[in-house]
Amino acid sequence: MDQPLVSVRDLKIGAKTDSGRDVEIIKGVSFDIAPGEILALIGESGSGKTTIALSLMGHTRPGCKIHAGHIRVGRRDVTAMSERQRAAMRGTEVSYVPQSAAAAFNPAKRIMDQVVEITAIHKLMPRPQAEAKARQLFRALALPDPDHIGSRYPHQVSGGQLQRLSAAMALIGDPALVIFDEPTTALDVTTQIEVLRAFKSVMDKGAMAGVYVSHDLAVVAQIADRIIVLKNGVVQEEGPTEQILHAPAHPYTRQLLDAFEPVPHVPEAQAGTREPILQVQNLCAGYGAIRDGVPAARILEDVSFRLERGRNLGVIGESGSGKSTLARAIAGILPAYRGNLLLDGKELAPSLSDRSKDELRRAQIVFQLADTALNPAQSIEAILARPLTFYHGMSGAARSKRVIELLDMVRLPGQLRHRLPSELSGGQKQRVNLARALAAEPDLILCDEITSALDTVVAAAILDLLKELQRELNLSYMFISHDLSTVEAICDEVLVMLKGRVVEALPAARMSTDATHPYSRLLIGSIPKLDTGWLKGLEQDPALLAQFAGR
Amino acid sequence: MSLALRLPTPARLGYSFNRVGRLGLAVILFWAVIAVIGPWIAPYPPGDMVDYDYFGPMSQQFWLGSDYLGRDILSRIIMGTRYTVGIALAAVILACAGGVILGMIAAVVGGWFDTLLSRFLDAFNGIPHLLFGLVVVAAVGSSIPVLILTLAAMYLPGSYRFARALAVNVNTMDFVTVARARGEGFGHIIGREILPNILGPVLADLGLRFVFIVLVLSGLSFLGLGVQPPNADWGALVRENIEGLSLGAPAVIFPSIAIASLTISVNLFIDNLPTRIRDRSE
Repeated sequence: MDQPLVSVRDLKIGAKTDSGRDVEIIKGVSFDIAPGEILALIGESGSGKTTIALSLMGHTRPGCKIHAGHIRVGRRDVTAMSERQRAAMRGTEVSYVPQSAAAAFNPAKRIMDQVVEITAIHKLMPRPQAEAKARQLFRALALPDPDHIGSRYPHQVSGGQLQRLSAAMALIGDPALVIFDEPTTALDVTTQIEVLRAFKSVMDKGAMAGVYVSHDLAVVAQIADRIIVLKNGVVQEEGPTEQILHAPAHPYTRQLLDAFEPVPHVPEAQAGTREPILQVQNLCAGYGAIRDGVPAARILEDVSFRLERGRNLGVIGESGSGKSTLARAIAGILPAYRGNLLLDGKELAPSLSDRSKDELRRAQIVFQLADTALNPAQSIEAILARPLTFYHGMSGAARSKRVIELLDMVRLPGQLRHRLPSELSGGQKQRVNLARALAAEPDLILCDEITSALDTVVAAAILDLLKELQRELNLSYMFISHDLSTVEAICDEVLVMLKGRVVEALPAARMSTDATHPYSRLLIGSIPKLDTGWLKGLEQDPALLAQFAGR
Repeated sequence: MSLALRLPTPARLGYSFNRVGRLGLAVILFWAVIAVIGPWIAPYPPGDMVDYDYFGPMSQQFWLGSDYLGRDILSRIIMGTRYTVGIALAAVILACAGGVILGMIAAVVGGWFDTLLSRFLDAFNGIPHLLFGLVVVAAVGSSIPVLILTLAAMYLPGSYRFARALAVNVNTMDFVTVARARGEGFGHIIGREILPNILGPVLADLGLRFVFIVLVLSGLSFLGLGVQPPNADWGALVRENIEGLSLGAPAVIFPSIAIASLTISVNLFIDNLPTRIRDRSE
């Protein structure tokens, strides 16, 4: 390798905030990419990884500007080019695979029309030749029915397929550099494997260089040759994948690695048989118009389990498996049409409106997205004060004191109570979200993917907080997640859900060894490991995969 | 703590206006004050013919000229303020308050109630506004309360549609679900969870509707169904002096300026509401 394909020198990107203040997002970043090399940019949200990746195409998001530095791709100086020259370069020299393929495809046009668009814009080749090339790419990306998939519309293929199709879209112009912007983050683990495999084989064959943006170290370990760890727009550490994973030099890298493998939950020694806090028997729930006592779309079928006081239950499964519906049915938001719910031995009415205030108080639900779960028009104090007034009839100074106590419980400073939710960070919002549930002094908290939208380090801190609160307040959690390592970190027992049914109940600590149901084994086996050879060594039964993927 | 000692001015509470918004507010307040103190500051009784000439020019005696009967325009504008500002404001507040409350109820209750109310108000909205006004005034006669109610009824369905569409979106947000799961009643969900989050667009809509109502009120007055002579609202002043336009009389210009200044400043004010009210997504 005589000359690197890409070289970035002292890149500085800044933005103007609404109040007219200048902020520096990227503070002098330099790196090179050799031809054929895949470089990963790792960091939490706000670290500037996507901003850097986009700048390689000469693009900045609205409001941002490249202030200083040089970006060279091939023989072209991207920073010195006019916008028109940059547009000519995009798609042929550098191309981009976005995070959400569903948002990147126009739902009104057929897939083929969109995949070959780059060849038409840059007048690279006639349409029939472009289509033939696209079909070749579909085959290389292991898409089913490569000859005809192009004539479908985006909504007629699955999420994982659409993500691979968007890679085909990026690759059709034979770019020298492909930018992958968190392409598997929104996918289920079993789908993620297919997509990663397809990306890897295409990149290996084509000898293209790539930039892979992700917050997930385990995913990056499978695909990248070199890793750059970013924080607040500054490179923390740079090195070959093996070295970053096994011999990290920078403390921040170590922190990221530690957060990836949380301390496994140690279940308390069982003191005799405990009374169950929640018992669910043959629960059935669904959406739509109810006819003959059965809704049009049945989601949950015959779900039964029991959760003992002071213990935690994990619910895992892929999207559409009915995990969230289960939480909603228990909380009464979606009344179950059949089955029994027993809270602390007492029968719970299926519908919210038939439950007493005390029953409602004892089971609280915490939602995934703190952004939408906190009323943007109310201050933190108002948000936390409401359940105090509502359930406990508190007011005045006693209530203010309790609000500060609650904030302290979730490790937030008391001054924060005067702020609006939009003035908090994602992790802080999730803590307030949790504090609101704690305000009711519940026995049971239903956590619906509460760490999924957070960065690994922040999520690990929230998990620690949950454990601490459990020790102090004798709480029980029902913890819904698609992320098995989180579930392992906090739960005693795990339910594996598939298409609205519980297929297996397992002790969390021995999840990988005790699983007997083929779907549980598939799901557990699909979790990426912090090991560069994991994807290569992984063997999956394709028939099994097809059976459970439902296509 | 120093925080407790500070006065809670709008700026400190985070409700500061920018310059354009302040200008709008100032003009609105100016007209509001005129409406209140009108009878004491008008130089002449508004119905008296005081000038010997018709369509008189601006002079020391008649600052804004005189109208087609030789009445003082300044006095008539000052007196018209009461009718225009008062009727339009009362009507727009009634229409928007009713529409927003019904809209939120429909969005939260949903189901057949929503469908029934929406279709009924849609059907009502199908009646042309001026025609509806004509019929009502012909049936019950023209008086100020009748005018206010008629105008409010005309604009309620539009306001309802607008508020319902916004409320339906907010209603599906997780924080509303949380409130519902907490066991909150109907009033809390509507008043505390939904209303603050649709207030910005609803106020912008109110500004627009205010302007429409001023214009419809002028239309009704022109047909003789609005404010009854010798009193007149601004719209009526424009209409009755319209022939003066060819004579270059100021009698038609100044009522028009009054209408323009009020409607424009209402919109300036609404468009520049403090960010905290207008847009909470930031």
